[in-house]
Amino acid sequence: MATLSSPVTIDVPKTGQGGGGVRPPAYGGGGDGRGDGSPDYGARLRRLRLGLAIGLTSVTMIFVSLTSAYVVRRGLPTLDERTNTYVRDWIPVDLPITLLLINTALLLVSSIAAELARRQITRQAALAPIRSIPGVSLGEGKGFPWLGVTVVLGCGFLVGQWMAWRELADRGFYLATSASSSFVYLLTATHAVHLIGGILVLLYAAAVSLLHTPVEARRVVVDVTAWYWHFMFLLWLYIFGLLWFVR
Amino acid sequence: MATSATIHAHAPQGFIRKYIFSLDHKVIGLQYYFLALVAVFVGMFLSLLMRIHMIWPTAVLPLVGEIKPETYLQLLTMHGTIMVFFVLTTAPQGGFGNYFLPIQIGAPDMAFPVLNMLSFWTTFVAFVVILAAFFVTGGAPLHGWTGYAPLSALTNSGPGEQLGADLWITSIAIFCIASLMGALNFITTTLDLRAKGMTMMRLPLTVWAWFVTAILGLLAFGVLLSAGILLLLDRNLGTSFYVPLVVVNGQIMGHKGGSPLLWQHLFWFFGHPEVYIAILPGMGVASQLLSTFSRKPIFGYKAMVYAIMAIGFLGFMVWGHHMFMSGMSPYTAFAFSLMTMAIGVPSAIKTFNWLGTIHGGRVRFQTPMLYAIGFVSLFVSGGLSGPFLAQPVLDIPLHDTAFVVGHFHLIMGVAAIFGMFAGTYYWFPKMFGRMMNETWGRVHFVITLVGTYCIFMPMHYLGMAGQPRRYSQFTELAYLQHLMPLNRFMTYAAIVTIAAQFIFVLNLFWSMFKGPKATDNPWEATTLEWTTATPPPHDNFGGYTPVVNHGPYEYSVPGAPRDYVMQTDPATVASH
Repeated sequence: MATLSSPVTIDVPKTGQGGGGVRPPAYGGGGDGRGDGSPDYGARLRRLRLGLAIGLTSVTMIFVSLTSAYVVRRGLPTLDERTNTYVRDWIPVDLPITLLLINTALLLVSSIAAELARRQITRQAALAPIRSIPGVSLGEGKGFPWLGVTVVLGCGFLVGQWMAWRELADRGFYLATSASSSFVYLLTATHAVHLIGGILVLLYAAAVSLLHTPVEARRVVVDVTAWYWHFMFLLWLYIFGLLWFVR
Repeated sequence: MATSATIHAHAPQGFIRKYIFSLDHKVIGLQYYFLALVAVFVGMFLSLLMRIHMIWPTAVLPLVGEIKPETYLQLLTMHGTIMVFFVLTTAPQGGFGNYFLPIQIGAPDMAFPVLNMLSFWTTFVAFVVILAAFFVTGGAPLHGWTGYAPLSALTNSGPGEQLGADLWITSIAIFCIASLMGALNFITTTLDLRAKGMTMMRLPLTVWAWFVTAILGLLAFGVLLSAGILLLLDRNLGTSFYVPLVVVNGQIMGHKGGSPLLWQHLFWFFGHPEVYIAILPGMGVASQLLSTFSRKPIFGYKAMVYAIMAIGFLGFMVWGHHMFMSGMSPYTAFAFSLMTMAIGVPSAIKTFNWLGTIHGGRVRFQTPMLYAIGFVSLFVSGGLSGPFLAQPVLDIPLHDTAFVVGHFHLIMGVAAIFGMFAGTYYWFPKMFGRMMNETWGRVHFVITLVGTYCIFMPMHYLGMAGQPRRYSQFTELAYLQHLMPLNRFMTYAAIVTIAAQFIFVLNLFWSMFKGPKATDNPWEATTLEWTTATPPPHDNFGGYTPVVNHGPYEYSVPGAPRDYVMQTDPATVASH
């Protein structure tokens, strides 16, 4: 049994259950509530953006480590068992460059569409309080389906990458052909997996828009996904550059 | 994604939503804790088998029969992996961090409760997958917890290296994903959900430790995940990232040109920060408890914060000291050696500040405090052999001997476990509303402290005398015969120490239901978890958000009406 010294009472009301009731109600830092029961979308957006930035740090670390492995492996000589000498076995991969440039353009346009979708829904969210006033009409204001364009072009990019893989196989570069081709497949696949994650979130955003969730809530999802999408584009540029210039 | 607003409004009622797929960080924290408790008993059982085998190599044991050399390596691999990932990474951060970080900063929940639930259940899946490795054809892998290639990268390099090794690496990859989700949540929560007045320099040192640990996890686990994916590709799809031209049983394998050292670099870039992921939360708990039970402010709060940061930063600079034997350039080894010894500086700052905190205090020697002192003792004992191993000239004879085993078991194994025991005895009243039995707590402490020293201190002698690690049998080696009495003594100590852990488990579960009721603040501590009800309500503070006016360790403040000032007390209680 713990030895408890006698409690000292001072007339300070504690917070929590049974508190003196002099504390102000919840505000700010705690939850998303503004105290009046309505969710604070601003706080939610800030939190998700912060979470995204932190999450992208770990994605960056994944690609930093793959790049390190790429550079190290590229510089290593290999023992050739026939001549018993060390030789350089890094074979530059014959990338289907035209196809990859088209894919890059697709992803760029997709990223621009994501940005337009983000700005569009930000405007809609800003107008939402006015729209909710009875008798005020701002027109339908649905606007162009930029989100749909983003998803379609994103899927187009993935199909294009798949075609690039087929093209590589036709040229004789399979996953295990050489270390260089292993890295081409590995880096593009890892990027594709991350992009698929983004597409799933965008589809989720589209699904909730059908369920008549408040535009502010949808805006949070679209905003964060758009930033993620831009990052995926920049990441692809980086990977493409690495595979092309350091081949 | 649901954020805390939608979650904490109403406590869920159904059993499944309340206890299984709960979004409440407190329930998730307990889930992590009990997962680690199961894991630690599995890991401990494996170590017991190993210690018995060392002194009675031909004994036929229950469940496993006679231990063959390859069985010994399987036990060793699974013991290390389960302990490092599912105990040392899971309980201090996932368990206590999840439960107390939000409460200590005055938040109603984690920033992303759904993600929090997902990270626990992903960890759970990883645990199931690694346990499955015991039961597949060939059994568990035998490449050690460090999984060095090419042994780990070839499917025909030994029993257990088929499906067992695939399950092992898959489990670790899943665990990495879970840890990344957890780290993301911890960092966002600490940065964004602090109560009004809770500035970064008013955070309890526990929160600082969990925060920095999360940053380490965020940067380290991604690297291990990449390394693991490369290993899976090498094993199953014929790539050659890690495997050079290699002949196994007279057969030339299809691989060519890979580098086993590439795995070592990637693994240890994760592996060394992992050591700090295991120990930093223990340092946080020790700081918190030494101050509370000495009734004195922590000595040098800011120095403690900067020391935690410095340890975290330097932790990423020293991975090469695990690879002095790999044939690295002496210049590289020198740089790694220097950086490693530099970690001694912030570690010493922490140690002296802990001693300074106790010095002259009115120390209350209750069980949590005993464990905190035990932590410092083990940290010093285990830490002092660090600078030895940091020097290549000493590491070369000591590497791959029992010396290294003794070193890291004391500092990252037992010290971290003592941090968990300290946390358990300290926070048990808050978590379960009852007190643990003090007498049995002290008995448990004395046996565990003396027992672990008896197990791990002699390993230093063994190592210096040349007893190799990872060898399953020593009884036939003439030059080690005079060490057998010491080996037997260590095994007896291990049996007694392991038996004593049942005292802890009985105390834990008995007190949960039968222990005396705890008050809201039984230790007269100052941080926010002690301002709320016991156990805390679903939203932690019963509809209020606390306002913080004080630092976390204001004990024995002159002029204050009692010897501690809670963080939420009015600013005027002790303005000077």
